[in-house]
Amino acid sequence: MKTFLRILAGLVLVGVIALLAFIFVPVQRTQPATELAADWQPAEGQGKMVLDAGDCVACHTSDEGKSLAGGRAVASPMGTIWSTNITPDDDTGIGTWSYADFRAAMIDGVAPNGTHLYPAMPYENYRLMTEEDMRALYDYLMTEVEPVSEPNKETALPFPFNQRWGIRAWKWLALTHDAGFAPAGASDAQDRGQYLVESLGHCGACHTPRNAFMAQDGVTAAEDSFLTGGVVGGWNAPALRGDAAGIKDWTVSELADYLATGRNAHSAANGEMSLVIEHSLQKLPDSDNIAIAAYLKGMDGDAVDLPETLAAAGPTATPEAEADDAGADTAEMLVSADPGMPLGARLYSDNCLGCHFASGKGAPGIFPELQGNSLVVGSEVSPLISVILNGAELPATEKRPMTLRMQGYADRLSDDEIAELATWLRGAWGNDAGPVAAADVADVRSGDSTH
Amino acid sequence: MARTEPKKDVVIVGLGWTGSIAGIELAQEGLDIVALERGHDQSTVPDFQYPQQIDELKYGVRLKMMQKPSQQTLTVRRSGDETALPYRSLGSFLPGNGVGGAGTHWNGLNWRPMPEELRLRSYVAENWGEDIIPEGMNLGDYPVSYDELEPFFTRFEKVAGISGKAGNLNGEIQEGGNPFEGWRSEEFPMPPHRATWDSQKFGEAASAMGYHPFTASAGIASTSYTNPYGMQMGPCNFCGFCERFGCYQYSKSSPQTAILGALKQYPNFEYRTNSEVLKVETAADGKTATGVTYWDEAAQEEVFQPADIVILSSYQLNNVHLMLLSGIGGPVYDPVTGDGVLGKNYAYQMNGGVSLFFEDEHFNPFVGHGANGIALDDFAINQNDFGALGFIGGSYWRSGTFNGQPIRNMPLPSGTPSWGAGWKEGIGRWYGHAMSIGSHGSHMAYANNHLDLDPTYTDRHGRPLMRMTFNWQDNDLRMNQYMKSKMEPLAASMNPDSMQSGFKDVGAQYDVRPYQTTHNTGGHSMSETAREGSVNRYSQAWDKHNVFVMGAGNFVQNTQYNPTGLVGGLAYHTVNAIRTQYLSNPRPLV
Repeated sequence: MKTFLRILAGLVLVGVIALLAFIFVPVQRTQPATELAADWQPAEGQGKMVLDAGDCVACHTSDEGKSLAGGRAVASPMGTIWSTNITPDDDTGIGTWSYADFRAAMIDGVAPNGTHLYPAMPYENYRLMTEEDMRALYDYLMTEVEPVSEPNKETALPFPFNQRWGIRAWKWLALTHDAGFAPAGASDAQDRGQYLVESLGHCGACHTPRNAFMAQDGVTAAEDSFLTGGVVGGWNAPALRGDAAGIKDWTVSELADYLATGRNAHSAANGEMSLVIEHSLQKLPDSDNIAIAAYLKGMDGDAVDLPETLAAAGPTATPEAEADDAGADTAEMLVSADPGMPLGARLYSDNCLGCHFASGKGAPGIFPELQGNSLVVGSEVSPLISVILNGAELPATEKRPMTLRMQGYADRLSDDEIAELATWLRGAWGNDAGPVAAADVADVRSGDSTH
Repeated sequence: MARTEPKKDVVIVGLGWTGSIAGIELAQEGLDIVALERGHDQSTVPDFQYPQQIDELKYGVRLKMMQKPSQQTLTVRRSGDETALPYRSLGSFLPGNGVGGAGTHWNGLNWRPMPEELRLRSYVAENWGEDIIPEGMNLGDYPVSYDELEPFFTRFEKVAGISGKAGNLNGEIQEGGNPFEGWRSEEFPMPPHRATWDSQKFGEAASAMGYHPFTASAGIASTSYTNPYGMQMGPCNFCGFCERFGCYQYSKSSPQTAILGALKQYPNFEYRTNSEVLKVETAADGKTATGVTYWDEAAQEEVFQPADIVILSSYQLNNVHLMLLSGIGGPVYDPVTGDGVLGKNYAYQMNGGVSLFFEDEHFNPFVGHGANGIALDDFAINQNDFGALGFIGGSYWRSGTFNGQPIRNMPLPSGTPSWGAGWKEGIGRWYGHAMSIGSHGSHMAYANNHLDLDPTYTDRHGRPLMRMTFNWQDNDLRMNQYMKSKMEPLAASMNPDSMQSGFKDVGAQYDVRPYQTTHNTGGHSMSETAREGSVNRYSQAWDKHNVFVMGAGNFVQNTQYNPTGLVGGLAYHTVNAIRTQYLSNPRPLV
């Protein structure tokens, strides 16, 4: 018995020591695969491009705050995480960080004082950055950005998520992939697209499902779940590959238009994606948006044609599409204007048809297609309800400077009517998604929903 | 003076079509620009949004989008013998208000003038001799030709997003277009609209009589459209709420759909709303303007905005008023002596039409748009034999539903009671069974139609109101009667159950109460020399070379068409001159 207790005490002691070591022994920083010469200089504009492609501004800037001075609330399933000041201010920003410190934060998710960063910071993806881009970004932040004195807000998640050492354990499960980028080699453009998608653009942070540990279920194209769709804050980040992908019928050119302008012949960006376009993608060179589009369309082996330009200047006149086979019955019913139509169809005729048309095809570049629209048929219904209630706004972009707004119908349609309308939309023109309940509408209207 | 703002390169007075054009083209030059807009800001959503916009009482009857007479108005009289009284209740014409100006609430009828209309005096002289010009008519040539303006018409049509079918491409007559129009260097940027039933019937009847019908050009999108600035329009759904309304569908050509979003992207451009310009200030030597003084409604104070270039781009009436108040644009015109230029050549439009009633036809008048229809130019200015006909002028005809709004669009056969059970029965019987054909005619300039300052009435800032002296003249009334004599047989050939005409006849007096048209033109007309007009061929004030004046006030006489196409073409012509000639060496360009 005594022996057993001794062994047990010994094991506890070892466990405690191990735990203490786990908490307090600093993480080994991942070393770069290639060391750049000390006098290495980034190309003109490279740092700004990395900043834009990485969309740093979107998270590290609050609505009213100075650029990159942090303070934006980032919603997570565990609670609110406050983004930090990454201007080169010595006291409140990253002014005292060495390049190695910066690199460790980007690749290992560890701050200079050893604090583990919450994975709201997508170091799972930035881990794949090239050494050159990392250096260019560091140089840009340190030399081109004005220091702003803006103290960070303390992120205070409830126990156990406030125990940052737990993130170290999480990283054992999540950061299993090597640092650095491995191009698939389909073509130069597709390799560039792959790099932007996997790494800087951190597309997988939203568009890849999360596993049981809340880690991205794959961070490179080689993994089957990569970019097969996720759910973020009650919104579907649609699948970008496979049969379920809303973009499967888009051309490379159409997809590139969407990335650069938030709109194309089929759809209009919404929710978080419109912020990505406003703050990041519209600022990239055309060749990068074309590269991303080419990579996404070709990631499972399909041949792709590369357009030379995107969202060309007008004048361009594009007629709206007629209903296709899947949508013909719905279109015919709407055009018949039969008073015996279901309530949802009548509500559509009165409120939506003027822009989205009987075909459900909308109008290219301006009124989104509702047939097969990922927002209409998504697993999450609150975004569709939100758009009907509150409308939507597509921000001005450089090549398409028109701010396009859809008005909301909160003051015109009841919860029951919106549920009828949304349910009908999810089954019209061959759409095949489940019904929406009036209670769901009430939740979104009252703000109780996640969105 | 309560406040002086930092100096700008350019100050733009009025942010409608021409102010927006000047803003974006000069912003591209990197100039530091401020636009001052008397009215409020407005955008498609929320200001024009569905369904709130579809409110005929609020917008169609109570004129929510228009200038309020208490805000700004003018006095009107028909001759020098009358005492002008303030236009206190909007009727005959409806100046707009707010960002986008009249470009937000127009019908979208975009036409180019005929080449002959821009050199009308010479055209008349060459063909019939100057002797046929009636006493008292100020018939003139524009100091700029159709050929010179053609690239700028094309540019404006691309920006504004105009649909239609060319009838004359570089001199080649095109099937389906207007064979009598001036040459076009390119096809329209959007295809023509589909025809409604009334316009189809009209087109068939016109063809049967040997006329040349074509689909009217429209500042209404027939497809999705992206313009050269990347701005966008959505295809029209024929809801019929165009004139007096903002378009909720992004379908109507307007500064909002064509320019403003792109303009706002320029960091060197800013605009201030609720800022009414009171006066253009001039330098001590009188040769240039130094900027403008405006009323800041929010701060309730006067502000001086210095600038190197002043662009007057408010509505024609307001431009002329501002020039009268500021001493810009030459000496004020005196109808007695014929001396002076500012306020001269005020002109309007001479319109008429026939209504046709068909018991067995269903026209669905609620399906349409403001520029809908089949038109013809067989009685246009370049088709009429002025010497034989006894007038100078012409008109284009058009038939097409434009709205089925219940308060203002219930045409009934004459003799139907105007109230009570008989009226109700008439509505039940005839709603949707009427169509119309309109004649949209030219209006010349005359010695006794003019604008000056009123001696009695003042506005809320204490400034004299502008005074309009205007009446119909026999020449244009004869033209109108000629159109009646030609249109009635065409209408009769369509075999309506009944029909009735509305064409003013010789002797008609101008009545400012019923709505007629907001095509007020002239007053700071352009001219070959400073002796004849207020601005030169580049719309540059003859007397202040850094003042450029946009809009229909430049017209020498009005054309037979809606003025927007010419206004847009002149605006691009002017900004091109500023960009290519003036900025590098500011001076009188003529």
